[in-house]
Amino acid sequence: MAVSPHILPPAQSVTRVMALVLLGLVPATLVYAWLFGPAILINVAWAALACVGLEAIMLRLRGYPVRPYLGDLSAVLTGWLLALSMPALSPWWLTLTGCMLAIVVAKHLYGGLGQNVFNPAMVGYAGLLISFPALMTQWPAPLALAHAQLGAADSAQYIFAGHLPAGLKLDAITSATPLDTLRTQLKQDRTLSEILRQPLFGHLGGKGFELIAAAYLLGGALLLARKVITWHVPLAYLAAVGLTAGVFHLYDVDHYAGPWFHLAAPSTMLAAFFIATDPVTGATTPRGKLIFAAGAGFLTVLIRILGGYPDGVAFSILLMNICVPLIDAHTQPKVFGHGGDDA
Amino acid sequence: MRQLFRFHGGVHPPEHKAVSSAAPIVQARLPQRLIVPLRQHIGTSARACVAVGDKVLKGQTIGRAEGYVSAAVHAPTSGTVVAIDMRPVAHPSGLSDLCIVIEADGDDRWIERTLLDLARMDASHVRNRLRDLGLAGLGGAVFPSFIKLNPGATAKVPTLVINGAECEPWITCDDRLMRERAQDILTGARIMATLLHATDILVGVEDNKPEALAALQAAARSLDFPADIVAVPTLYPGGGAKQLIQVLTGKEAPSGGRSTDIGVQCFNVGTAYALARAVQHGEPLMSRIVTVTGAVARPQNYEVLLGTPMAELLEQAGRTSEANGVIMGGPMMGFDIADTAAPVVKATNCLLVKSPKLFPPLPRTMPCIRCGACARACPARLQPQELYWFARAKNFGKTQEYHLFDCIECGCCNYVCPSHLPLVDYYRYAKSEIWAREQEKNAADLARRRHESRVSRLEREKAERAERLAAKAPVKKAQATVPPDSAQAAARKALAAETLARVQAKQAAAAPEPLDPPASS
Repeated sequence: MAVSPHILPPAQSVTRVMALVLLGLVPATLVYAWLFGPAILINVAWAALACVGLEAIMLRLRGYPVRPYLGDLSAVLTGWLLALSMPALSPWWLTLTGCMLAIVVAKHLYGGLGQNVFNPAMVGYAGLLISFPALMTQWPAPLALAHAQLGAADSAQYIFAGHLPAGLKLDAITSATPLDTLRTQLKQDRTLSEILRQPLFGHLGGKGFELIAAAYLLGGALLLARKVITWHVPLAYLAAVGLTAGVFHLYDVDHYAGPWFHLAAPSTMLAAFFIATDPVTGATTPRGKLIFAAGAGFLTVLIRILGGYPDGVAFSILLMNICVPLIDAHTQPKVFGHGGDDA
Repeated sequence: MRQLFRFHGGVHPPEHKAVSSAAPIVQARLPQRLIVPLRQHIGTSARACVAVGDKVLKGQTIGRAEGYVSAAVHAPTSGTVVAIDMRPVAHPSGLSDLCIVIEADGDDRWIERTLLDLARMDASHVRNRLRDLGLAGLGGAVFPSFIKLNPGATAKVPTLVINGAECEPWITCDDRLMRERAQDILTGARIMATLLHATDILVGVEDNKPEALAALQAAARSLDFPADIVAVPTLYPGGGAKQLIQVLTGKEAPSGGRSTDIGVQCFNVGTAYALARAVQHGEPLMSRIVTVTGAVARPQNYEVLLGTPMAELLEQAGRTSEANGVIMGGPMMGFDIADTAAPVVKATNCLLVKSPKLFPPLPRTMPCIRCGACARACPARLQPQELYWFARAKNFGKTQEYHLFDCIECGCCNYVCPSHLPLVDYYRYAKSEIWAREQEKNAADLARRRHESRVSRLEREKAERAERLAAKAPVKKAQATVPPDSAQAAARKALAAETLARVQAKQAAAAPEPLDPPASS
């Protein structure tokens, strides 16, 4: 016998939520391909395919109906996010390893959709960064700066077979990211203004990179407009990144990059709108979201500036994931009739 | 313009009100047999005061209110009592309940009615009469009205809210009542205000019912007392008493308390109307307006005698071939009727006939992704996703810690859930488990206290025996051939006294309540 409510709005499902998030990733992915070459498209497609395949295997092994669960698009999203976090020219097996860490370990070993404690894409990324640090910092250079360009076919050949076109060296098409460059050169006692004058750097952040960041912002605005996410996480995350970076910058203007530099990094915008907003692994209460995102933003900058890795998004998110139950338990809104105000 | 407030969350389900709101209320046909349940209100069942074979008149009391929270039931027409037995009734469980079955004689002959002379009667007398006239809240909760009309010994209830919000989709019985009988509704409200010593009368109507608002405003102008007719924004569950009070006054009824704690009492428009009929015409509550809508040929509102089998009413509205079920109430909070032989009762505001087209099967459920859509929709500001986890894990202590019992089961969380989880069902399950456990615990407590009481009684009897023996001992000794050893006897006596004192002290410490029934000895 049916129980109330007897009706549901027609177009409302987990699939729709995931599809909207994927839609939000489209602008940044296109800008990425435009400025850095088509390799990212191949990598996104391969990662999504790998994640869906692994998801199917895991669902089968765990005795879940494969078709409806694959249709939720969550595996596609995980693959896409992971691919965007990795160097676009990563070899196929590196991406596959990341997908396995994300889907098999972080998601299904913890109980599948909705049960995972850690953000799957970030587990994949962090695992790869620790295990294959050299490969994970070999980013394609912006086309405007690269000495050579790889077309789609060449990119595919490199990703899947490891061959570059004759006469082309890897160095010609890859470089360190702006964040990485900044970190390395600061260690060599160069001043900030010296470093930022190099061609790799643009108006606010890295040349080209800052446009990808802007495209993430655009996609994030779409998610906000469609009410897939609330304002709490992006605002708190970006504010915390800006404030933390600002404090360091004021402390030593010659050594620490300004808040705009950190905000214009693509990883910052990706985290603010697409990673820290993951509902499964983030806090759920309004105040909890603010604390969760502010903590992640603070840690992101701290790891970038003081830590051993060029970027801190993945570790900061994973560290805050651990705190979620505690944050949620202590930020419960006042329930109706318990003497509180509307939260 | 009155300043309005808003409640947290809420949803906008498709309204479907126009389906049944256009046509005027029609009188439903007099059925051959009426089945009048003795429990049509919250509280204790009424007690039958007629016997099989008795002739009854329309409006005659056939079940008297029993206990405090109760209300009387009446014969909806004249005829003969042909049975008093268990019949299927409208209840989510589908269980049967004790009903009085009346064979109508077709004359519809009234019993003699006496009006309530409010000027000469004191308030408690009026309330008693309303109880005997069977008045209960017609908004759905069917709480006996006379209790809610008692402001208490010292308290005044300055604000009376009349609820015409009617926020559930499909239902239009209050809408039609307001359009057609606004005057009586306001008269009823006036009487309520007098009984409660209320100074403000606020009638809240959702702004999707402009005709009802206009009718009430017109009626209010012709009255000699002020009643504020307020259009409130259409937002489900704006017709929940707590939500309407919040919208109109900005105040929240305290958790576990009553709205009178914040100086507000709230009645449905149908209740106000019934009260006016009771006072001005001496009519008991034995009919109500019922919306029959959905997959029927003639969806509209009917004035229905309580006890009319639902099947007859549905027949009158015209069956359709695609009909595949009936909901009593609306699509958000109503429940499926297992057997349409069940009668229309005081709580029946709507019969919503389902069809596969109007109510397609709900999609497959997916795991919770903690998106929080439910929390944003919850008018009680609960965290439904947390309650869901705890209820699923049978962690009932945690559900209570997260205020499960502040859930009003409005279904908003359920409605917005992208994973289509039957959240409200989980909460009902958790609530009933907690109630069941509390009952078990109470039963166990009672058994334990009985046992303790028995043990202490046995000890007391033993001590008394010891005392009697001790008292007899010297006499026995004296009769014996052995010469009495007075020192030994005295020692024994002292020992017995000491034992007695010890036992008495122990008894006092145990402090058993006088629960020991003679039968258990």
